[in-house]
Amino acid sequence: MKHIKTVNKPSMQKTLKTGGCGECQASCQSACKTSCTVGNQVCEK
Amino acid sequence: MKARIHKFVQNGTYILLDINSGAVHVIDKMIYDIMDTFTGGNDAEVIAVWENTYKKADLAEALNELHALMDEGELFAPDIDVPPTFKQKGLVKSLCLMIAQDCNLRCKYCFGDGGSYGQERAIMSPETGMKAVDFLIKSSGPRKHLEMDFFGGEPLINMKTVKAVTEYARKREQETGKKFKLTLTTNGLLLNDENIKWLNDNNFSLVLSLDGRKEVHDAMRPDVGGNGSYDRALRNFHKCLDSRKGGEWDYRGVYTYLRGTYTKKNMDFTKDVLSMNDEGFDILSMEPVVLKDSPLGFTEEDLPRIREEYDKLTDAYMQRHREGRGFFFFHFNMDLSNGPCVAKRLSGCGAGHEYFAVAENGDLYPCHQFVGREGYRLGSLDEGVTNTELPAYFRESHVLNKEKCRDCWSRFFCSGGCHANADLFHGDIRKPYEVGCEIQKKRLECAIYVQAMLELEKLEKEDETA
Repeated sequence: MKHIKTVNKPSMQKTLKTGGCGECQASCQSACKTSCTVGNQVCEK
Repeated sequence: MKARIHKFVQNGTYILLDINSGAVHVIDKMIYDIMDTFTGGNDAEVIAVWENTYKKADLAEALNELHALMDEGELFAPDIDVPPTFKQKGLVKSLCLMIAQDCNLRCKYCFGDGGSYGQERAIMSPETGMKAVDFLIKSSGPRKHLEMDFFGGEPLINMKTVKAVTEYARKREQETGKKFKLTLTTNGLLLNDENIKWLNDNNFSLVLSLDGRKEVHDAMRPDVGGNGSYDRALRNFHKCLDSRKGGEWDYRGVYTYLRGTYTKKNMDFTKDVLSMNDEGFDILSMEPVVLKDSPLGFTEEDLPRIREEYDKLTDAYMQRHREGRGFFFFHFNMDLSNGPCVAKRLSGCGAGHEYFAVAENGDLYPCHQFVGREGYRLGSLDEGVTNTELPAYFRESHVLNKEKCRDCWSRFFCSGGCHANADLFHGDIRKPYEVGCEIQKKRLECAIYVQAMLELEKLEKEDETA
């Protein structure tokens, strides 16, 4: 493409059916801890 | 109306995020402009609005590209509703143990009243800690991976309980097949050789608190006697990090990272992040303080300055990366292709339904920040969860049920912000703390930009070598 460069192959829509195993790390958002929001996480699978 | 796209400019780069797919597109100025008009099927309108600015042939080409993205599901992807994978009831898989509701520092911004959380200073007994291990195993159902965070106050002032709980958790792992991931958060003053060795031998992840430059740290983090703590903390952190070099220490397994807090007194916090990196630490985080009615806290008036500083931090981050001396910054970490599932994005931090805090006396709270807050006691290790309505309410307080979140572009990245902050500012966990939201959104834009640039630079290198 000339005007657009897509930088990822997102999987969010697929995970509507496949996700929810719950094995991932907790993602506390408070400043006194990691302030790690879900956006900063990766899937454990 | 629910936002379906978000576009922004970072350091002269135009970026388009498709919210419901998570696709990130680096675009040119023309696409950036016409996305004000294009809604998916109104090509004629786009041409009519923009033909005086751009050539018709270029507009047609751009529209073709946008339609190709739509065909791939990477533009205007369908709205996301609560999926069946998001179970009605959460399973508790993570506990924060208030090992010591006491501390050897008196940080000026401490939300826990110098470690006491508004209660009498006290430490957790080994028996209470061991009961917490059994509680977690029992509450976690089929979940294999469990987490316990040894927190305070300062947990190292109560090593007796830290050791007893760890030993018990490792024993129960063998008996149950569960896997405990252990983390300890410390200010470093008691991080001596003996403690470092023990923490290493027991595979602890460590969160080490340092605020960056010496003068910033010492002003905010004095000890009980009012003396600065920077030199002592830094010396111990160096020893700790040196002891962990060459092992299997990475951020997804067992990690060691430095975290700091910035306040209104150091809004030039890029210097603090770089100061930590210059000291030889390369897994870093720097967090905005959250305080209400305090001269150290932030208000909406501070937002332009904070946004400007994140731009600076982003440039410094990219510069060091390009020079081959990059560092890991927590908030810029983002896996754009293999991020969390939608169920996780709705669960968020899990406070109150997947994650509880255990106070030193065994009382249960939705998270460490709620300890001692009236109306938020869930029960106790002895009684179990007696307030059953609260976990259900926390579980249902996800982005699609919060008025201010459900239309926001960052809803699947931030998971609705910190409940404790919402409660602090509005007395309602469903009304997010606005200044926190704005800082979060800026950080997300920077993170998306950083990841997009890293990916494009990687592709360019591959092209050059091909």
